[in-house]
Amino acid sequence: MSSYTAAFKVWRGDADGGELRDFAVEVNDGEVVLDIIHRLQATQASDLAVRWNCKAGKCGSCSAEINGRPRLLCMTRMSVFSREETITVTPLRAFPVVRDLVTDVSFNYAKAREVPSFVPPPGVRAGEYRMQQMDVERSQEFRKCIECFLCQDTCHVVRDHEENKAAFAGPRFLMRVAELDMHPLDAAGEAGLDRKKAAHDEHGLGYCNITKCCTEVCPEGIKITDNALIPLKERAVDRKYDPLVWLGNKIRRRGAED
Amino acid sequence: MATGTEPPQVNTGVHGAARAAIGPRHLRTDRWWLAPALTAGGLLAFVVYSTWRAFANADYYAAPYVSPFYSPCLAENCEPMRGGPNWEIFGSWWGLSPALLILIFPLGFRLTCYYYRKAYYRGFWASPPACAVAEPHKKYSGETRFPLILQNIHRYFFYTAIPVAGILTYDTVLAFRDEHYEWGHMGLGTLVLLVNIVLIWAYTVSCHSCRHIIGGRLKHFSKHPVRYRLWSWVGKLNERHTVLAWASLISVALADFYVYLVASGAFDDPRLF
Repeated sequence: MSSYTAAFKVWRGDADGGELRDFAVEVNDGEVVLDIIHRLQATQASDLAVRWNCKAGKCGSCSAEINGRPRLLCMTRMSVFSREETITVTPLRAFPVVRDLVTDVSFNYAKAREVPSFVPPPGVRAGEYRMQQMDVERSQEFRKCIECFLCQDTCHVVRDHEENKAAFAGPRFLMRVAELDMHPLDAAGEAGLDRKKAAHDEHGLGYCNITKCCTEVCPEGIKITDNALIPLKERAVDRKYDPLVWLGNKIRRRGAED
Repeated sequence: MATGTEPPQVNTGVHGAARAAIGPRHLRTDRWWLAPALTAGGLLAFVVYSTWRAFANADYYAAPYVSPFYSPCLAENCEPMRGGPNWEIFGSWWGLSPALLILIFPLGFRLTCYYYRKAYYRGFWASPPACAVAEPHKKYSGETRFPLILQNIHRYFFYTAIPVAGILTYDTVLAFRDEHYEWGHMGLGTLVLLVNIVLIWAYTVSCHSCRHIIGGRLKHFSKHPVRYRLWSWVGKLNERHTVLAWASLISVALADFYVYLVASGAFDDPRLF
């Protein structure tokens, strides 16, 4: 097993200010960036704040930016960097900083609460839900989300424009709307809730300009843009901008999404 | 292109008061600028070439080949193409290049295409220039307002793209003639048009709007097995939409250029049989 000393720049500070601090730290074969951050805590900066949990890319806690790219600390191998490279680690830059590498991601929980939950079909009790795999597989892709919020962090709509946070739910929660709208048993329509229209009118779907950064950073490989956001945009067009679909639905007197 | 060393803007975006105080607008160390630069360069090259050819109004027909930029030819000032796509809907009052009448449809289809939107938003408008690279604009309203709200009519351009692709298919069939309009022949130009039309169809069918219309808008695939199968096939093509967008853009320019070379006498079309 080989070891070397890597040069790191880690952001230290809080809401009142901070700076990138230089560290020289030991790296061993097979380690990930989170291992190095833990070594920094153990040897040089015992008060360094970092949020982490599973170390397996499944809890979504250790989101940060490594060399300017939103990534999970625990899923970024040190072997992807050259030994001469200085590795810069900063907190997520779209959210308010708490301390060091920890940010306040409560924006995302507020947005999650704004999406009406699954509406059970009338007359079917919990435990009696039955659906075919081909009907539910689209929604299942989106259930792989680990809530790391890297997509929310990289989305320029809110990252570069704080003022848009009120109107825009972000890719993660537009994907949630898509997941529910595509769910074969969701009875929101029967309950008077039009998820397609709400995606456009209430969750700010029109702000998305489908530049695919959310897809690029997703550690679960979910095709957020192609499979959730664009289909949702097309569904919103059905509701808002396509007179032929509107007319067809009126004539047939039934929803287009049967 | 930004270098990441510009002075920080105050209280906006990544330099907002509550966010981590980091000066550079990005800390990326890779060549993030390369992809948008290549995209912008490629699109710009096509715009320059196609503008020249669309306004040229010359050298677009060399029997039996017609340039895809001039098909169908809808004005009286078109070159007569025996058995070809001459439909003088606009009569004699149209004095400009007839290409302008038809190119509006494929132009609109590509301009509102979900892939090209990403390409030019990133490449030309830097919105954003790359992921986690702060954009230079003070305000952003996305596709919520005029004119970008018009991107929502993409499906209507998709509808018009189908007959256009159908006519280009007809042109490709006509290319199995020789210069004396005898059937059962083939030249290098036939191959060029054949490759082009295959790519045009693949790009058209792989469109996100097509995927939605074919089956994406359904809630229960199990009630529509045929549409589900078609949706699955379109989905597979859709995964390659970016590649097909570029391949068909290049092929349509090359097909036009080939016809230009033959029509202008710069090149003799080799006959295969």
